[in-house]
Amino acid sequence: MKIRALMLAAALAGLGVTAVTAADEPQAVRQALMKKVGQAAGALGGIAKGEKPYDAEIVKVSLTTISETVKVFPDHFPTGSETGSETEASPKIWENMDDFKAKAAKLGSDTDAVLAQLPADQAGVGAAMGILGKDCGSCHETYRLKKN
Amino acid sequence: MGRRIRKLVSGLVFVGLVGGAAFWWLTKPAPWPADHWEGLGEPDLVNGEKIFWAGGCVSCHAKRGSEGDARLVLAGGPPLKSPFGTFHAPNISPDETAGIGAWTLAEFGNAMTRGVGRNGEHLYPSFPYASYIRMAPKDVNDLWGYMKTLPKASDVAPGHELPFPYSMRLALGGWKLLFLTDTPRVAIDAADPKLTRGQYLVEGPGHCGECHTPRNALGGFEPGQWLAGAPNPEGEGRIPNITSGSKSIGGWSASDIASYLETGFTPEFDSVGGSMVEVQKNMAKLTAADREAIAAYLKAIPTL
Ligand code: HEC
Ligand code: HEC
Ligand code: HEC
Repeated sequence: MKIRALMLAAALAGLGVTAVTAADEPQAVRQALMKKVGQAAGALGGIAKGEKPYDAEIVKVSLTTISETVKVFPDHFPTGSETGSETEASPKIWENMDDFKAKAAKLGSDTDAVLAQLPADQAGVGAAMGILGKDCGSCHETYRLKKN
Repeated sequence: MGRRIRKLVSGLVFVGLVGGAAFWWLTKPAPWPADHWEGLGEPDLVNGEKIFWAGGCVSCHAKRGSEGDARLVLAGGPPLKSPFGTFHAPNISPDETAGIGAWTLAEFGNAMTRGVGRNGEHLYPSFPYASYIRMAPKDVNDLWGYMKTLPKASDVAPGHELPFPYSMRLALGGWKLLFLTDTPRVAIDAADPKLTRGQYLVEGPGHCGECHTPRNALGGFEPGQWLAGAPNPEGEGRIPNITSGSKSIGGWSASDIASYLETGFTPEFDSVGGSMVEVQKNMAKLTAADREAIAAYLKAIPTL
């Protein structure tokens, strides 16, 4: 009896350890995903501003990155990850998870629509950035909180 | 003895009366003299629209989440939380009964720049007239002309939810006495027209300080902390420092700031969030020259 209890405790402790030391806690994963989205938006923005020459391949790869990344992004908000690791996620995400997911899906589908008719020049990229930028802002408006 | 007490009491009553009268006299609603609003001529509607976006009326007076043309329906806005209670910005559409369509320019102008309502009452400074006080009469006239072209709405906003003593408009006279001033917030090079334009937009219609400057317990700005960042009145999070002392925008160039106001993207391609999203949408409607003036001003003010 006592041994069984001890073993159980050890097993539980072991579980706890793996959970805490898991290399990819959700806060870190979702921040990395957003950084990736930011970098892709940056590549597009450079072209839109005329700082970089138009390059169809870069436009396509960047849009694809945004589209794929936002599809998995909302999977990384399990309960228990509301705070910690300097997360800037707002508690409102967990109050309105469906709306939060809808905002991610909107950016995904708008990006796919742009991909389907790939912008052919600097002005086209600029127009696409106008659409995507609104989607970023409409999610950050409610669900992202700057802490400093 | 009895007589001494009576004397004392009547003395106190007298002091109280004089004090009350002095308080009333010092703090009574003070509209501009009538001629302040005379002779301004036909409003310039193009400029009026620019001032409308710079002033951000939509953020507080349109329904939450309005998009496109619905943003022009100023039917009354979402609840505004503050440490003093919850405000509901009223209908300011040109509807003659539910809105302000029947107001005169002087009535509108005195509300905007003196915080005096149509019935001569004090308005709450959650309506940022302590910034709008810096607006030129011509811009107020142009804005008023433009606002009359907007759609009418028949909605009536709920009353504010304020505990005593904040529920007393009379007490606002004391607030005004302490904090309502049209002097510049910071000294800048008055010879540079770009900087003075930026100062006008930021300190006046743009009312940037209303969010970005910390306040004391009475709701006045902390001295020497202009645009240094503040707690978020809505709850968690912070409104950032936007002087050059900021770890974030301190490293941005003036054109980075102008571009953020236009597109909502930071130089690192993070995207604008929180209550700044609405402000940025409005800033995107200004001219490039006005956004550059704002950026130049932010670069010129004291680093905090
Ligand atoms: C569905 C909501 C949503 C959408 C859409 C969205 N974001 Fe985010 N973003 C967030 C949240 C939530 C965070 C905070 C994550 C955290 O700290 O845990 C964030 C954080 C970020 C960060 C900071 C990452 C870091 O920690 O360094 C960047 C950069 C960013 N977003 C860029 C963008 C851009 C650019 C877009 C549009 C192309 C966008 N986001 C669209 C929700 C969203
Ligand atoms: C930060 C939020 C906010 C912004 C921005 C704002 N207002 Fe208001 N406004 C209010 C609140 C709150 C009241 C109610 C004040 C009161 O009851 O004392 C108000 C009241 C008014 C009134 C008086 C209405 C009445 O029936 O007494 C007018 C006129 C007005 N606002 C016009 C404007 C215009 C024009 C703009 C843009 C240039 C604007 N407001 C921007 C919050 C705002
Ligand atoms: C309604 C409140 C509000 C008003 C009014 C306001 N801001 Fe902001 N501002 C914010 C918030 C909140 C943020 C943080 C945005 C975020 O979370 O991404 C911000 C961020 C910024 C930033 C970016 C700072 C950074 O480090 O990322 C700049 C620049 C800025 N504001 C300038 C202005 C200017 C100029 C005005 C006046 C025209 C203004 N703001 C008016 C609330 C406001």
